[in-house]
Amino acid sequence: MNNLVKKITIVMIVGVVFSLTGLAQAAEKIYVPMLTYTTGPYAPGGIPVDQGFRDYFKYVNATGGVNGVMLDWETCEFGYNTDRGVECYERIKSKNGQMGVAVFPLSTGVTYALVPRTEADGMVLHSMGYGRTDASDGRVFSHVFTAPMTYWSQVTAITRYIGDQIGGLNNLKGKKIALVYHNSAYGKEPIPTLEALSAKYGFKFLKYPVNHPGLEQKSTWLKIGRQTKPDYTIVFGWGVMTQTSIKEAKAIGYPVSKIIGNWWSASENDTRPAGAASVGYKAAGFHTIGKNYQLHKDILAKVYGAGNGSGEKSVVGEVLYNRALVQGVIFTEAIRAAQKKYGNIAINGKQLAWGYEHVNLTSARLNEMGLGGFMKPLKITCANHEGANSLLIHEWDGKNWGNPSKWYSPMYDVTRPMIESSAAAYAKENGITPRSNCN
Amino acid sequence: MIYREAGQFKTSYKSDQALLPIAQDRFFVMALVAFAYIVIPMVANDYWLNSIFLQFFIFSLAALGLNILTGYAGQLSLGTGGFMACGAFSAFKLATSFPDMHIVFVLFLAGLITAAVGMFFGIPSLRIKGFYLAVATLAAQFFLLWLFNRVPWFTNYSSSGVISPPPIKLFGDYYITGTQATNLTQYFFTLTLVIVLALAARNIIRGHIGRSWMAMRDMDIAAEIIGISPLKAKLSAFAVSSFYCGIAGALWAFLYTGTVEPLAFEINQSFKILFMIIIGGLGSILGSFVGAAFIVVLPIFLNSAPAMLGLKLSGSLVTHIEFMVFGALIVFFLIVEPHGLARLWGIAKEKLRLWPFPY
Repeated sequence: MNNLVKKITIVMIVGVVFSLTGLAQAAEKIYVPMLTYTTGPYAPGGIPVDQGFRDYFKYVNATGGVNGVMLDWETCEFGYNTDRGVECYERIKSKNGQMGVAVFPLSTGVTYALVPRTEADGMVLHSMGYGRTDASDGRVFSHVFTAPMTYWSQVTAITRYIGDQIGGLNNLKGKKIALVYHNSAYGKEPIPTLEALSAKYGFKFLKYPVNHPGLEQKSTWLKIGRQTKPDYTIVFGWGVMTQTSIKEAKAIGYPVSKIIGNWWSASENDTRPAGAASVGYKAAGFHTIGKNYQLHKDILAKVYGAGNGSGEKSVVGEVLYNRALVQGVIFTEAIRAAQKKYGNIAINGKQLAWGYEHVNLTSARLNEMGLGGFMKPLKITCANHEGANSLLIHEWDGKNWGNPSKWYSPMYDVTRPMIESSAAAYAKENGITPRSNCN
Repeated sequence: MIYREAGQFKTSYKSDQALLPIAQDRFFVMALVAFAYIVIPMVANDYWLNSIFLQFFIFSLAALGLNILTGYAGQLSLGTGGFMACGAFSAFKLATSFPDMHIVFVLFLAGLITAAVGMFFGIPSLRIKGFYLAVATLAAQFFLLWLFNRVPWFTNYSSSGVISPPPIKLFGDYYITGTQATNLTQYFFTLTLVIVLALAARNIIRGHIGRSWMAMRDMDIAAEIIGISPLKAKLSAFAVSSFYCGIAGALWAFLYTGTVEPLAFEINQSFKILFMIIIGGLGSILGSFVGAAFIVVLPIFLNSAPAMLGLKLSGSLVTHIEFMVFGALIVFFLIVEPHGLARLWGIAKEKLRLWPFPY
């Protein structure tokens, strides 16, 4: 009898302890709502990024999580449609009552819509290389991050590159630079910067909007190829728009080697469908291309080796896949930074925002993560949510991206004052008092 | 049985001309409104309030606006997206230029501005009809979006052409827009607005103006002969319709997305609203609501159904299934009832009134 009571007690205690640890484990995960688009006209861009995200998250979990804390995520497909993106965010922002810590919408339209929502939900909004550029001012946008670079920085760095090609920035005087852009918030972002640069360096800046989804560009390129003949043309395309630009340029006889795509017009999915037309096409990126890094080998071994890959193995190392890795690396570094302060727990969104503001991705740290030389070191601060980084230009040889240029750093002296004045205008319009404890 | 009208005597003109002459209808609508005001806020979570109901109300309003123009006045329009954008941008300009203006006035004035714009684009309707008019209104769609894209004054010189409405208080400490606005406040506000505007629409339609619209729709020459001025009838239809669309657009920008770019009101949005009234029922207030529910809520439901059932499918597969099922349902309903879902309800009601003793 006594024995039986003992046994039951033991079983109960074990059960309670087990269920408690079970509960603790359930909460010991960091939840990320993942907005993806693998359908629609922008799927060529959405698919590899989605694959890269999920592979990286799986890799992190397979190697013991972030300081022992596992990542958990749910995906929601929104087809690059802003209305559905917002609905998706509301649908998956929390799981079992646990609010997500960060969201990466991969769409400038959705990013704009989520700025107020994520603030209300205490979540980090990391728009890496897209979204609102003025959100780089961390004093006004405390929870939005644009690291490692913004569109404004990008065009200044591309201008530096163009300057290099023609023997110095002073030679830009009298030259013509055209911008062919997706006629949306995304494509319009770099215009004020290019206007400022055009005033500063004396080149003529020409604007060519292309309407969604970007399949109709004949008249645009006719003007560029026959009428205005700019010395360089920068393309801000996404999805099917970029390949159409390349094809139309070739058809009209505009030299493809004078076209520089931005980093969202820089993937294999943009150049391959354009075939031989795209030989010589150049595009920017804030990271290198290829899979000759330790991290890629580890992902191939631990994720794909275990039959757990999120897509085609051949995509690993492609431009947009690598872009997703940059996103993942910054995110996990932010978690680590936050865990240094708050302990190795499943941190919440507010704590993650603190972590983001203390990300210091040195080259030693990049080496340690198996990404030596993959990107330039990055340091994010409280006031500067963009950090400082550099980009390089690759050239398409018909099969692969190659011929990398040197790294070009943006002209922060041009962009930062613009960011601050734009953020100040937003703060005034929305009644936000900028944080004063930042410097 | 359910619809037995025995004993419901109409002893005055007033009762004969009531909005809903059948008592059962009256009770049903009252119960529905009570349900929307009391039960839904208690049981629905933030996701439902914000992503389903708010979206549904706003699109119902836009569909109502287009239904006035296309369903009642017979003027085919593809400019709905442009008129919604017009409402959103004028509301934004009003709210930022006059920060102390109350949201109701902002919406009302934005509606009036859109009504004026709508009347301007309605002028071609005096000369052309049918599909040709659709092309003329298409010009409104493209011109308005082009204008908001092109002229930085409309966006207060925002670099990317995106507008973010400022936080506005409804009354006291209750915010209606911005981060401090709760979903519940937005829900009640939009619900009230939709009910008020739907009642107004119903009354306009059964009055003198609405009858002139319908006469114009059914045969314009005959209507002119009996003394209806086409100028007044058509332009008033454009004005009232644009007023509704403008308010819907402003609500969309201010309450739902919170920030909006002109691209959000592109041509697809116009088509979407046109499909709502075609599927819901042309010339029917109920049809606008049913159509909006069909086009807005059903795809979301189809998209989340596999997850609710516990099926682990990839996002793209779910989306493809959603498109297929949704497409099949559109075809099915158009075959079963080409006059729209509201007509389906109308037939059911007629049958119920006679049941169980049909002649």
